[in-house]
Amino acid sequence: MIIFKNVSKIYNDDFHAVDTIDLHIKEGEFIALIGPSGSGKSTTMKMINRLIEATSGTILIHGQDIGDQDPVLLRRNIGYVIQHIGLLPHMTIGKNIALVPKLKKWDKARCDKRVDELLEMVGLPAKEYKNRFPAELSGGQQQRVGVIRALAGDPPIVLMDEPFSALDPISREQLQDELLNLQTKIRKTIVFVTHDIDEAIKLADRIGIMQDGKLIQFDTPEQILRHPVNEFVRTFFGADRMNQLESLPTIEEVMIRPISSFPKRGLAESLTKMRKYKIDSLLIIDKSETFLGVAGVGEIQKNFSNENMVLEDVMNKEVPTVRLSQQLDEAINLISENQVAFLPVLDESHKLKGLITRASLVDVMANQLRSNNNGVAPVGGEGS
Amino acid sequence: MMFNNFLIMLQNRWPEIMIGTWEHIQLTLVALFIGNLIALPLGILLTRKRKLAEAVIGITSVFQTIPSLALLGFMIPFFGIGFGPAIVALSIYALLPILRNTYTGILGVNQAVVDAGTGMGMTSRQVLFMIEIPLALPIIMAGIRTATVMVIGVATLAALVGAGGLGDIIFRGIAMARQDLILAGAIPAALLSMIFDYILKRIEIAVQP
Repeated sequence: MIIFKNVSKIYNDDFHAVDTIDLHIKEGEFIALIGPSGSGKSTTMKMINRLIEATSGTILIHGQDIGDQDPVLLRRNIGYVIQHIGLLPHMTIGKNIALVPKLKKWDKARCDKRVDELLEMVGLPAKEYKNRFPAELSGGQQQRVGVIRALAGDPPIVLMDEPFSALDPISREQLQDELLNLQTKIRKTIVFVTHDIDEAIKLADRIGIMQDGKLIQFDTPEQILRHPVNEFVRTFFGADRMNQLESLPTIEEVMIRPISSFPKRGLAESLTKMRKYKIDSLLIIDKSETFLGVAGVGEIQKNFSNENMVLEDVMNKEVPTVRLSQQLDEAINLISENQVAFLPVLDESHKLKGLITRASLVDVMANQLRSNNNGVAPVGGEGS
Repeated sequence: MMFNNFLIMLQNRWPEIMIGTWEHIQLTLVALFIGNLIALPLGILLTRKRKLAEAVIGITSVFQTIPSLALLGFMIPFFGIGFGPAIVALSIYALLPILRNTYTGILGVNQAVVDAGTGMGMTSRQVLFMIEIPLALPIIMAGIRTATVMVIGVATLAALVGAGGLGDIIFRGIAMARQDLILAGAIPAALLSMIFDYILKRIEIAVQP
């Protein structure tokens, strides 16, 4: 949909406002660009509608190089919402919204219909608001109009430059919710510049983090929170958000002592052991504790009549395992992906160190939640 | 008694006063027309070429500092005497207020609104005519108003370069030491100034966005 290929913006004084950015934005995706001021996020966005021209590299929209297009026509097909709202104070709300449709030479009836439709969409009754002037509306209402004005010409792409940052916190929250709602209906490709991390996490499908003109990381909020690429991202996203993840217990804390056996042991003996510990599988190790496989109660039962068989013959060698050095969330993923009840924990030299089961996870998580609630309430949607 | 005399004089001189007033109005309107014709586009142009602005506005300010009588005097060696040179001098006088107000008026338009317009796909001409000029109009009008009042005042001096107008009557009155004659020129000039100012003020209010 929108593709940046090696795009740079260099000013005369050799200042790299945007430094060789590669970016691939998919159709219908909500992208947030975030970074400290001067990081080039706004510049990056403004290059999409050529309010700022790239010094080098190409930007493609629908596979076409925007450098070859008339910037004026290009902009009429890209919605644009700015921080300072920018409604034309000498025109009514209706005329403000109809601006781009008029520029695109829609007929009057179609313009009127579109204006009414959009006003209703953000809960401003057309009859009441159409003929008012921007100054008669509250800040929140004005920016609602600003947003629908950007949608008026039905552009596939909408650019938003810190659209809610000048609003009071309550209106901001409301408009964010409305925008999310709206987006589920209209599915536009949205590029949203912000310096508010909570806003980015709340709204965006993917977040691009910028620093000194470079795109440091471009990923889903989830992945960025879990795997910040460097210290900058970590501190930028704030210790609080990261700590919630880091306070996830380690594998070592969660794992329990496994019930193991050796490959040459007989089946009857093994069944007795399993009954004693009330377990359905035995972990098989050799003398040096190297993990060999798992013998399940089903396999043992099936071959029980064969007195010559030992554990080695019935064990399953192809079981998912986890390293001690891995993160707990990876272990959880493994369990759910493979639909297994447990994961053997191995060290670097393949020695069996422990076992993670669904039950042991629940125990630890429950403790975790309890202690979190005693301290700070966990923020929804971020941790696990 | 004295008032009666004044009225009789007015009656006798009425055609003369009317001619003077008419010439005065002509001088003013033509000078303002030329002044606007130059200053409005120039002011707009300067907002697009801001590096030039300081120099150009500086030069017009220098003209403004030349005493009006001296400026009219300067015209004589170049353009001789009469209506033409007076118009040149008056137009130069009208330039600065219009130019400066047009320039600052347009620059003063909220940049966010201009950005929004450009970002929505307006051509720079559309931005100018749909956003910048409408929003700057009150300030531009104020400049035209200032210029008008100034030109009406300076136009009384145009009589000195043979351009006629109400100044003719005033200067004749001064030469003949006749106060009634001075007033016969001064009062219409003052009225003219007030009427023009009032009309333009109404226009200014009418164009308020």
